[in-house]
Amino acid sequence: MANPTPSQRAWQRFRQNRPAVMSAWFLGLLVVGVLVWPLCLKLGGEPFARAHRPDQITDHQFWPPNAINWCGTDVHGRDEFSRILYGAQISLLVGAVGAGVSLVIGVLWGAVAGYVGGRLDSAMMRLVDILYSLPSIIFVIVLITSLEGLLKNWLAAMGSPALANSARLIFLFVGLGAVSWLTMARIVRGQVLSLRSRPFVEASRGLGAGPLWILRRHILPNVLGVVIVYLALTVPAIILYESFLSYLGLGIQPPMASWGSLIAEGAEHINPLRIYWWLIVFPGGLLVTTLLALNFLGDSLRDAWDVRSGN
Amino acid sequence: MYFLRRLLALVPLLLVISFLAFALVRLTPGSPFDRERKPESPEIERAIQAKYHLDEPFLKQYLRYLSGLLHGDFGPSLKYRNHTVADIIKQALPVSLMLGVVAFGFAMGVGLPLGFITAARRGGWPDYAGSFFAILMVCVPALVMAPVLIMVFGIKWRLLPVALWLSPWHLVLPVAALGLSFAGRIARLLREGMLNTMKSEYITTARAKGLSENAVLFKHAFRLAVLPVVSYAGPLLADLLTGAFVIEAIFQIPGLGTHFVNSSLNSDYTMTVGLALLYAALLVGMNLLVDVAYTWLDPRVKYE
Repeated sequence: MANPTPSQRAWQRFRQNRPAVMSAWFLGLLVVGVLVWPLCLKLGGEPFARAHRPDQITDHQFWPPNAINWCGTDVHGRDEFSRILYGAQISLLVGAVGAGVSLVIGVLWGAVAGYVGGRLDSAMMRLVDILYSLPSIIFVIVLITSLEGLLKNWLAAMGSPALANSARLIFLFVGLGAVSWLTMARIVRGQVLSLRSRPFVEASRGLGAGPLWILRRHILPNVLGVVIVYLALTVPAIILYESFLSYLGLGIQPPMASWGSLIAEGAEHINPLRIYWWLIVFPGGLLVTTLLALNFLGDSLRDAWDVRSGN
Repeated sequence: MYFLRRLLALVPLLLVISFLAFALVRLTPGSPFDRERKPESPEIERAIQAKYHLDEPFLKQYLRYLSGLLHGDFGPSLKYRNHTVADIIKQALPVSLMLGVVAFGFAMGVGLPLGFITAARRGGWPDYAGSFFAILMVCVPALVMAPVLIMVFGIKWRLLPVALWLSPWHLVLPVAALGLSFAGRIARLLREGMLNTMKSEYITTARAKGLSENAVLFKHAFRLAVLPVVSYAGPLLADLLTGAFVIEAIFQIPGLGTHFVNSSLNSDYTMTVGLALLYAALLVGMNLLVDVAYTWLDPRVKYE
């Protein structure tokens, strides 16, 4: 390659970073495992499914890890391994939703504010500043609490508990989505603001290009690196928020599970007589490993795209 | 002068926050008394509504709440009927502050030396071991760290109490569980700051003057390298306060976090809004302090 584009150069640098590549493999395998495991349960035959179904209540309570229940069983004799993989669905989905919101709303918000400038810019960024100055988790808790009131009314109207549970899940996504785009909007706005007055953009404008064309053709490709880096750093933060809320009982409600609620269940059964370490170590270990992998990935992407840590 | 203006700017900010919180909580349907037994008659229900002014128009409720706030009155708790929110804050705030301040000190006390050593011995084994420890700590959230510490130190070895808030010994596990991940973050920030600073020309000058390596590191590099840590102190305090929710829940510490989470679970609206406001005020106040510390440490920084 005589003249690699910035993306190609970043990709080359990324490939040479061994911890980052290992992290990417780990995350890929985790996603595959989460997707394939339900299939295994379906195809593995009745005895296999009976031992591993995440909501199958048995009388094997608090079995330590063994040949059948690889991560032991919980208070209701449910297979912990299966529950962790099912919990991963929620935890990873929340991360993906946070990334999606910060990609769509954050990038658009920042790009429009930075490009249009003037009064619209100050109005839009003032809102971001206010939301930013609130401690985000407190904001999310207040939001979820007030949405809960809405939920109660719906319930009275329709009276379906299954619907209530999925509504609660959506509220959790809304709440976490609401805080996930703020950093992205700020960063993108700053980048767009500096790009807007660069000579090549002025030249394009001078040649008669419209604002949409300039945004799409000149501005967005140039903020791509920053956007990718902050996406990679948003995901672990959102996953952590979700486990935090679910741990406190404000997030996922049983019988659904996420890593946070699984750890909370394990912590509930800590007692001085017997130590059920597998209920903490396995979900906690997977959470920690995932966060570690995502952070390695984010750091190496930052190095690869050579993004300066702004503030 | 600048800080005076910042201080004044806090007033509208807090007003906006209080309005947002109040509106969010009040305008969504559902009454705080929904979870209780239905009152015997509509008259009783109306009486309860009137007692807590829930029957008034929204703006009037908000103004009433604001004027109460000016007198330090956060209103009555809707769940603990005999206590006002201010009462509960008075009991819980010292506990939370104590936990937060000690954890902050712990995070600095572990993180700064760790960052300094990894930077001073970069490339050597203390750097690899220390840096790995630091990033591991960053990725172990308090909700994982706390149960593990309890199982190991509290139950397996029976060295430390596992819950409650009685003696200084009861502080050890909560503080460690809360502070370690921040210690890791501080260490990483300081290491990066030191490595960046060591490249600057004034360090070469200091070396050329014949100063010992220790003097260069301590007197010249550290002072500038610690600045990223100082600017992180604002978000750090915010995360400490909210991280304490989990710690207070698991160690059964009667602090603000416990009350905030419970108020949210019980739809105790006045409590939720009051505590959210208190948290917001604490945070913007501390961010201001951080900025003051910043100008004091780095005279080149001038806020205009």
